[in-house]
Amino acid sequence: MRKMEADIAIIGAGSAGLCAAIQAAEAGADVVVFDENQLPGGQLFKQIHKFFGSREHQAGVRGFEIGQQLLEDVKKSGAKVMLDSVVYGLFAENSLGVIAEDKYHYEVKAKKIIIAAGAKENYMAFPGSTLPGVMGAGAAQTMINVNRVLPGKRIVMLGSGNVGLIVSYQLMQAGAQVAAVVEAAPTIGGYGVHAGKIRRAGVPILTGHTIKEVYGKEEVEGVILAQLDEKWQMIPGTEQDIKADTLCLAVGLNPMTELAWMAGCQFTHIPALGGHVPLHDHNMETTKPGVYVAGDITGVEEASSAMEEGKLAGIAAAAALGYLSQEEAAAKKQEVLRRLDMLRTGLFGEKRKAAKERQMAEMVGYQAVTAEKGGVK
Amino acid sequence: MSLSGERRIQEHPILPEVDRKQVTIYFDGQAISAYEGEPIAAALMSAGVRSFRRTVKRGEPRGIFCAIGRCTDCMMIVNGKPNIRTCVTPVEDGMQVSRQLGYGKAEEAAK
Amino acid sequence: MVKTGVAYTGVPSKEELAKIPGMPSEERMAKGAVAVIECVQEIPCNPCEAACPFGAIRVGEPITSLPVLDEEKCTGCGACVAACPGLAIFTVNMAYSDEEAAVAFPYEYRPLPAKNDLVDAVDREGQIVSRGRVLDIKMPKAFKQTAVVTLAVPKAMGSRVRGMAPFSPMLREGRE
Repeated sequence: MRKMEADIAIIGAGSAGLCAAIQAAEAGADVVVFDENQLPGGQLFKQIHKFFGSREHQAGVRGFEIGQQLLEDVKKSGAKVMLDSVVYGLFAENSLGVIAEDKYHYEVKAKKIIIAAGAKENYMAFPGSTLPGVMGAGAAQTMINVNRVLPGKRIVMLGSGNVGLIVSYQLMQAGAQVAAVVEAAPTIGGYGVHAGKIRRAGVPILTGHTIKEVYGKEEVEGVILAQLDEKWQMIPGTEQDIKADTLCLAVGLNPMTELAWMAGCQFTHIPALGGHVPLHDHNMETTKPGVYVAGDITGVEEASSAMEEGKLAGIAAAAALGYLSQEEAAAKKQEVLRRLDMLRTGLFGEKRKAAKERQMAEMVGYQAVTAEKGGVK
Repeated sequence: MSLSGERRIQEHPILPEVDRKQVTIYFDGQAISAYEGEPIAAALMSAGVRSFRRTVKRGEPRGIFCAIGRCTDCMMIVNGKPNIRTCVTPVEDGMQVSRQLGYGKAEEAAK
Repeated sequence: MVKTGVAYTGVPSKEELAKIPGMPSEERMAKGAVAVIECVQEIPCNPCEAACPFGAIRVGEPITSLPVLDEEKCTGCGACVAACPGLAIFTVNMAYSDEEAAVAFPYEYRPLPAKNDLVDAVDREGQIVSRGRVLDIKMPKAFKQTAVVTLAVPKAMGSRVRGMAPFSPMLREGRE
């Protein structure tokens, strides 16, 4: 077994992890980032649309270009990025078990740990849902935008959140047909402007509908839809058969929390954030001192907020190790929090803001209780 | 016999062209033109192959679902080794890939 | 009852468009090219504000405010069209000629049409409403791969045309 030491070990080289690494390494900390994938950047390189937000959030820049910039910045920062490296466990005293390149076993001792493991796509069961050709919308997005391969020629999308709408648009940009976007709720989940783009391309968005079944012998050959009543039950006789070779599921994501559970972090369940999420404070530190979280693992939002949370965790961890003075850290954090706040406003952001506030309020409650009991061990 | 890459995206409005090294892999003996380093699953999909394995009990077909190495629905036998997640395993020239039946046995593969 | 509005259909309704601050007045429309900012939901986004060289678009604070168009300052240059990440800004010139209006919109499909091509002009719902003649295709580096296509369409369609049917044979086949 190989031994390794670092000031800060970061798990995940996606938008949150890389931003954390840049902040901490620029402050002078010795930083190592682990990622199980062959390439860094997480899901940023499949985001080919122009980002929203303000200029400070790099609005108007396409996701993959933000990814390229992050890779350059992380290189300059001096942080070490270890790819093809699976962190299989977090153990006592901030120790990580890592297997690199399928053969090298590392024990890594870090003073601080930042978990930025991201999220994975939700699955949904219905007759035929296991047939080849039923796949996550994010998976289809990876296929077209990273691997440059069409997963199918004629596609039905289930889910009209921003992921469903954006991936539908990008499938058409890649040359596939989108037969319909299907949404169980009475209204479209994502931004109207994303919906508008695919409507202009002639794609219907069928709200109040769901998938009754997917059929096909070896692979998907078609999708049967049905309309829903007010109680979300299928209305008999409303079935329609759409010929398609692919059904993409854009029915939400859930945080990849395994390592945080393993570390012993306290959790809460907030559906608006994707399910079970670790409690954390304004520094992104969890109930386990020295273990921080950032990005979708803290609650599913979007790449822009993941980047800001990553910066916050990186600054806080570096400051806790003395690489930044209290004043420097406070000033930097204030800037990040201001930008983060901007992203959590408006018609769509308010709900996430309320959920994040609840999560942090629960953290305060937990700390008060443990302080009464004589502090955290 | 070989399968063609009919599902490769040729012209894209946003993404720049990439320079990749063309290699050959074999799916159940059929040659497929692939790019070095791309996931095996992408190479198979480019040739229209989407059924990657069959389940243990009912022998049902399964294909790619998550494409990030989480769901394990895309496991195949690669160079004789079963249970390889093809969505995150990069292509190497000459790779032998076969559809996995059930849990897969190493000796079934790449005869 | 059929529900209208962007949350139900993905297409802003007449009522929604009538009350947003990004729509120019009819008098201004009649004078010549002007930006039409069809941004009807409060989302955190403001690149249009910085994109305008004439200071004719204001979002201000909070960042979720709807963009306000100063129709006197706007020259209809179209710099904002490619800058909007939501592809929700168009320019319309109702005074293009006696019979025709000119409509410019963002276009992110390939292949691109050529100047003077006749294409199918579509409305906000993707319905083909008329033929359109391609007047111009702009895609400087600053547009970051978003082309801005300008079509001449029958004058009556100036308020309806917001795009063109994708040019690729496969995507077109998919519309039928």
